[in-house]
Amino acid sequence: MTEYHLKSPISPEQIRRLKIGDIIYLTGKIFTARDKAHQLILTLPAAEIPAVLKGLPLYHCGPLVKQERGKWLVLSAGPTTSRRLEMIEAEVMEKLGVSVLIGKGGMGPKTAAALKRRPGLYLAYTGGAGVLAAEQITDVLEVIWLRELGMADAVWLFDVLECGPLVVAMDAHGASLYPKERMCTTE
Amino acid sequence: MDDHDITRGIVELIRTAETTLPQDVITALKHAHTSETGIAKLQLATILANIDLAAKTHRPICQDTGIQTFFITVGTHFPYISHIQQWIHDGLTQAITTVPLRPNAVNPITRKNGDDAHPSPILYWDFNTGDTLQIHTLPKGSGSENMSALKMLDPCDGIDGITQCILDTVTTAAGRPCPPTIVGVGIGGDAPTALKLGKKSLLRPIGSRHAEKTIARLETDLITLLNDTGIGPMGLGGKTTVLDVRIEMMPCHPAGLPVGIVLQCWANRHAELLVTADGSWEVH
Repeated sequence: MTEYHLKSPISPEQIRRLKIGDIIYLTGKIFTARDKAHQLILTLPAAEIPAVLKGLPLYHCGPLVKQERGKWLVLSAGPTTSRRLEMIEAEVMEKLGVSVLIGKGGMGPKTAAALKRRPGLYLAYTGGAGVLAAEQITDVLEVIWLRELGMADAVWLFDVLECGPLVVAMDAHGASLYPKERMCTTE
Repeated sequence: MDDHDITRGIVELIRTAETTLPQDVITALKHAHTSETGIAKLQLATILANIDLAAKTHRPICQDTGIQTFFITVGTHFPYISHIQQWIHDGLTQAITTVPLRPNAVNPITRKNGDDAHPSPILYWDFNTGDTLQIHTLPKGSGSENMSALKMLDPCDGIDGITQCILDTVTTAAGRPCPPTIVGVGIGGDAPTALKLGKKSLLRPIGSRHAEKTIARLETDLITLLNDTGIGPMGLGGKTTVLDVRIEMMPCHPAGLPVGIVLQCWANRHAELLVTADGSWEVH
């Protein structure tokens, strides 16, 4: 359980050095995307994808946000269940140049293979820790597709400070902390 | 009786459930934190820090403020039965902006979820012969609800079959429902009743055992069996996969054995509103 305090985006060299069980506190830009945003990204031509998202950590999250005097205030923003995105995540990662995923509950073999290929990481944030996560978001930099997708499904670009603890739950070497995937990789 | 005042009670009911956890759940999580080490301990420490922060800032514990579910018990001598549905509707409408709640009710086919979408609450009605009204709210997130299961077993499957299908449901769900979970099991009735019994059991306090000895024993055996899976907090490994298992039962058809399994995340958010015949109310 080595503890790291890293800047976003995490470099490929650093990604390769990290192993399952390591703990990360992340500072910098991340963006949210759930089911609808994933589906939309796959249907858009590359030129229409906001360049600002490229290469940043992708956070599986549908935040609870309110607007106060024209400014966005994030009230609660813990992770959503990552596994729902298993069928399309590898393709989205490829299209956006994303290497680092943040979520809860883990991903399946398709994403595990993409993490090995890129190289990439799956970082587990504690599910339900919504207020703690919101406290670590220091700024809402941009919101994309709010009108089309609604509050929880829009893509939110956040500045985070010491966001964590994030557990390296799937690493770039094919290892996983989740019991089922662990069995698969050792067999 | 003042309709606006009781509507305020509904808002308080929802706010209490969304921003605080019942003490029995906090105590169970603290106990689990003490017994775990490493990553499992870190997950529980983060959970406890978040509960504390939510209570201090009066913000929803989880961004998934859930699907609004109400278990309503009406005394047939309660004087304002015809007002109840309106109180819930108005209270919920106010709670959306004041708690606030995330827009969480979509059309199941178009998936449309406008930010002003009116949430359609799920209401379960029961009656007794008293003159009071009791409303339990159980706002439930979809991470855990998605892992619910209905098994229509054969009578010959017996207790072993019941045990196996609960074990299968929890191991298949793994880290997805935000363990450590509370497992609500309904045995008997018909298909929808088995699930309703399982869901309603989530209102029971942690550690409360079934009145029948055999069933109480099955509950404690399941707690041990499920914690031995090693799934652990958030599925990252550990000794605490469940905080509790509750079983509710009712008679069923001789040819059937329905088992409804409802998983609840560690944040077993629920609260109770009591309204008396003179219109006074209190929230626990």
